[in-house]
Amino acid sequence: MVSARVKVVNTQGLHMRPAQLLVNALSRFESEVTLVANGKSINGKSIMYLMTACLKQGDEVEIQCDGADEKKALEEAVALFQSGFGE
Amino acid sequence: MILRGIGASEGIGIGKAVCIREQKLDYSMVHYGGKNVEKSRLQDALARFEEKTNRMAQRLSAQVGSKEAQILTGQIMMLNDPFMQSQMQDAIEAGQCAEAAVDQVCTLYAEMFAGVDDELMRQRASDVRDIRTRMLAILLNSGGMDISELPAGSVLVAHELTPSMTVGLKKENVVAIVTKTGGRTSHSAILARAMELPAVLQVRKGTEQIKDGDSLIVDGSEGIIQLNPDQQTLSQYLKKQAEFAHQKARLNVYRDKETVDAEGRHFSLYANIGSVTEAQTALQAGAEGIGLFRTEFLFMDRQNSPSELEQYEAYLAVSRTMAGKEVIIRTLDVGGDKAVDYLGMEREENPFLGHRAIRYCLDRPDLYKVQLRALLRAGAEQKNIKIMLPLVTSLEEVRQAKRLLECCKQELEAEKLPYDKEMPLGIMVETPAAALIADLLAQECDFFSIGTNDLTQYVMAVDRGNARVENLYTPFHPAVLRLLAQIIQAAAKAQIPVGICGEAAANPGLIPLLLTFGVDEFSVSVASVLATRAHIHQWRASEAQAVSQEAMGLSTAAGIEGYLYSAAKR
Repeated sequence: MVSARVKVVNTQGLHMRPAQLLVNALSRFESEVTLVANGKSINGKSIMYLMTACLKQGDEVEIQCDGADEKKALEEAVALFQSGFGE
Repeated sequence: MILRGIGASEGIGIGKAVCIREQKLDYSMVHYGGKNVEKSRLQDALARFEEKTNRMAQRLSAQVGSKEAQILTGQIMMLNDPFMQSQMQDAIEAGQCAEAAVDQVCTLYAEMFAGVDDELMRQRASDVRDIRTRMLAILLNSGGMDISELPAGSVLVAHELTPSMTVGLKKENVVAIVTKTGGRTSHSAILARAMELPAVLQVRKGTEQIKDGDSLIVDGSEGIIQLNPDQQTLSQYLKKQAEFAHQKARLNVYRDKETVDAEGRHFSLYANIGSVTEAQTALQAGAEGIGLFRTEFLFMDRQNSPSELEQYEAYLAVSRTMAGKEVIIRTLDVGGDKAVDYLGMEREENPFLGHRAIRYCLDRPDLYKVQLRALLRAGAEQKNIKIMLPLVTSLEEVRQAKRLLECCKQELEAEKLPYDKEMPLGIMVETPAAALIADLLAQECDFFSIGTNDLTQYVMAVDRGNARVENLYTPFHPAVLRLLAQIIQAAAKAQIPVGICGEAAANPGLIPLLLTFGVDEFSVSVASVLATRAHIHQWRASEAQAVSQEAMGLSTAAGIEGYLYSAAKR
């Protein structure tokens, strides 16, 4: 398993659009992706769980990827968070 | 009869009610056909849902834009969520028909969303309910709701306007929207504004009294609905509707224009805001910056004062929204008249002359430094924040605030936290004392902003809330106007920018005077931005000067006001 810590930079938090982008990106990977934030574990491929977790700007998130393509999955997830999901 | 709600999209719509009833989606008669049959029924329904939704998204995208259409494509993704899917499969395995599986799982998620403490996310509950209704309609073959065939002049009355319902909305047949639920940021509101359809939402009482075919007037500016109005009311609103259309067409021309006078001289036109979300509205309204960001909202309605981080995040959010544009943030302006219990402020006989604003803050360095540190840090990224001190009456207050600011900078330096080393510090000129020593204050401030509301109140010695004397409260009084001229001259002499952020900045009668006196920046409420820009556009410097000279030669408030209204350009 590989992991990395990121921060939510989007002003409105991880709302529908960023959550969609994240799920779209992660669904292409075999690895399981778990986001750990505010004491909760969230499946990174579930838009429903991502949205109801209500990640806000400034929240710290640990991204954990586990599987054959874990490194690539992690890289992509980190890049998305850091770019503010293009917002 | 009058019904009230939230005015969520401006304008006036007059037409006949069409009430959208909730569909009856009863599946109690559906027999469980075994898990394989039910699973394949569910799969078929999912495929049809996706196909239908994509088609609707395309239509919506053509109608109002791709951003609104994303709401619908988002629904496909929500329904395809692996968790949601496996929960539906589990329900079928456990002996439920496909309808029951959809119903249970969607209801569960709708409740989950409805319970979160984030307004934007709570609105996703309406998406899940929409998914549920449409999936059930597909499974039960019950056609679904089509509002694209409504007769012209319909006023849509619904419990909630779901995203799928809005697809059928056409301006040719729908003139206004009324719903029982939803807020200013709901789908319904966003779509109504995008389509420029007047809308009143959150009409909690009385919607059930509206019957199909009833006459309705929907005033989306005021949040009022007139049910079966009489002839007189109707003709009043017809007039108001025509005025609104005329005004809107006239002002819209100014949305993307620069704020210049008739000869091309540029002025800054900013907005006054009182919350983080308003910054976005200000930007959309055409504001070129924030001239007054009131920070009281951060301190109100809570048990303890906001942390440095919380304040930092709020200031940073506005600073980012306004990237490349100035944001003037006023430090805490509270007094005994505002109930902020945890601050322990005493009730005073005369709160407006009491221990308030900068006076209170300087006596509470523990509290004030938290705000100053948050401001300094929030400015590090965009370098567009300016600090403004309220209710200043003396140089000592400015100096003392500067010392505190310096102290905060040293702390941040020691903690190696990034901050804006050059953050400008200015004052709100709103007391007669500050106005009369404006020349002295200008030597030690980076900018002035004149708060005409309080300045008028203090100069005229009048309580605006007291009906017996409120007629004395007028910015047209020669005493107020002379002071304005004097403050602006003092700023010009010291070569610091001077703005005006009270209601007077948007008063068409006063605009020629302010232009002549030499104001650099007008800061007005979000709703007045375009109108103020339009007024500034009308004036040539020489004309404004002639009007100003004439007005300043008159000796009574009534005389000046009457003259300025006759001279104002419409």
